[in-house]
Amino acid sequence: MKTLGLGSVLLAVLRREVSLALRQKGEVLTPLVFFVVIASLFPLGVGPESALLQRMAPGVLWVSALLAAMLSLQRLFATDYADGSLEQMALSSTPLGLLVVAKAISHFLLSGLPLVLMAPVLGLQFGLDGRALGLLMLTLLLGTPTLSLIGSIGAALTLGVRGAGVLLSLLILPLYIPVLIFGAGAVESDAAGMGAGGHLSLLAAMLVLSIFFAPIATTTALRISLE
Amino acid sequence: MFCFPVETVFPLEKTLFPRDHARFIRSRLCTWRDVISAHSFNQPFDLKPASTLSFSKLGCNRGGRQLFQNVDCVLEAGRWLYVAGANGVGKTSLLRMVCGLAPIEAGDILWNGTPIHAQADAYRQDLCYLGHLNALQESMTVQENLVFTAALGGLAPDAAQTRAVLKQFGVPGREHQLVRHLSQGQKRRVALSRLALSPARLWVLDEPFVAMDEAGVRMLADLIAAHLTQGGLAVLTSHQQVDIGTIPAQMLELRA
Repeated sequence: MKTLGLGSVLLAVLRREVSLALRQKGEVLTPLVFFVVIASLFPLGVGPESALLQRMAPGVLWVSALLAAMLSLQRLFATDYADGSLEQMALSSTPLGLLVVAKAISHFLLSGLPLVLMAPVLGLQFGLDGRALGLLMLTLLLGTPTLSLIGSIGAALTLGVRGAGVLLSLLILPLYIPVLIFGAGAVESDAAGMGAGGHLSLLAAMLVLSIFFAPIATTTALRISLE
Repeated sequence: MFCFPVETVFPLEKTLFPRDHARFIRSRLCTWRDVISAHSFNQPFDLKPASTLSFSKLGCNRGGRQLFQNVDCVLEAGRWLYVAGANGVGKTSLLRMVCGLAPIEAGDILWNGTPIHAQADAYRQDLCYLGHLNALQESMTVQENLVFTAALGGLAPDAAQTRAVLKQFGVPGREHQLVRHLSQGQKRRVALSRLALSPARLWVLDEPFVAMDEAGVRMLADLIAAHLTQGGLAVLTSHQQVDIGTIPAQMLELRA
């Protein structure tokens, strides 16, 4: 039998997650529809004052994206936990940390990336110009992977717990706050003429930190949940 | 130019390689080939020294209740451990401790003389666990499930291999069916077919015979027996009495 390298195993997990998601399209579409609905309700509720809309656009879009990304977090490990696949993953010769990274990447691809691509369309409703739209996409592109990685810790900690959804939000939201502040702040500070470089660097730093630490924390949490 | 007529050459050849000789040589060749293949088949997957699994003074607490304590046992390669005991006595807990899923509170579990938690990565390569749950993703096909679990172990079986394994496990031609469309017993068979694709030496099976029909039980017992004769080890629990080939069970009776 052919043997696989770690990269191929990672790809195998990614392929499985994506093909599963494509078979249950509702699960991919729910966060996206949620994002669109929330972000579209604001201009309707606040009124057509373009200066006000432009000012609140980055914050509103970022908050909606953050809530939408959190919607699908609970399912990240739950089905694999229920059918015993997670046990097999924990017992396989592939390091669990690698499988966790693959899961987080798949969460980003299926719930983060669609939000990034949808954001400029919604930004138009708020009257954002091209530069602001590009910057908004960039901050989301740097921020949503961080949300997926940090979220995986919460998803692992709340496995098999009753009322996991509420607990998950309580655990994760405080950790999401820095990402939200610097993500939404980048567009504002650029519009104010102060440049977005600092914000983007901090977002990238948070991404790097979470790439390193989140899989370790998630792996430990999963092993505790499986006991 | 001088030419031998065919009739004159043919008898010559006949004397050099008489028909019976040819058959004899062919039969010898066959025998040797069979011997060689049988030999390599009976070898373990790699030539590691024989493995042992041992428990020393193993104890278990669940929810503040002492389930068992001071369990000592040594399982040599080629033997199987039959963990028996009433419901709730801690059989599944013991098996999960053997896998390293549950923490070991008292005593130790040794694999080849070294505690399992001190060699977790190496130990996991030698281990194949089948619990109460089948670990099959319902909305994927049988083939996808098998290929994925094999990939977790770093292996890539091709379509012919999975087809052969499924046939061996009595679910032929189901590789492209969704797992959700299989019956309980068929799911169990698919889950068990993982054993045939795994190079692990230690099989830990929690109630493997549940939901299996008579033919399935016999087939699984034969598979375990073949694994044991290749130098493997097996730890299993079961509420029904089974014979694994002619290999006598090593009993471990848990009592509260």
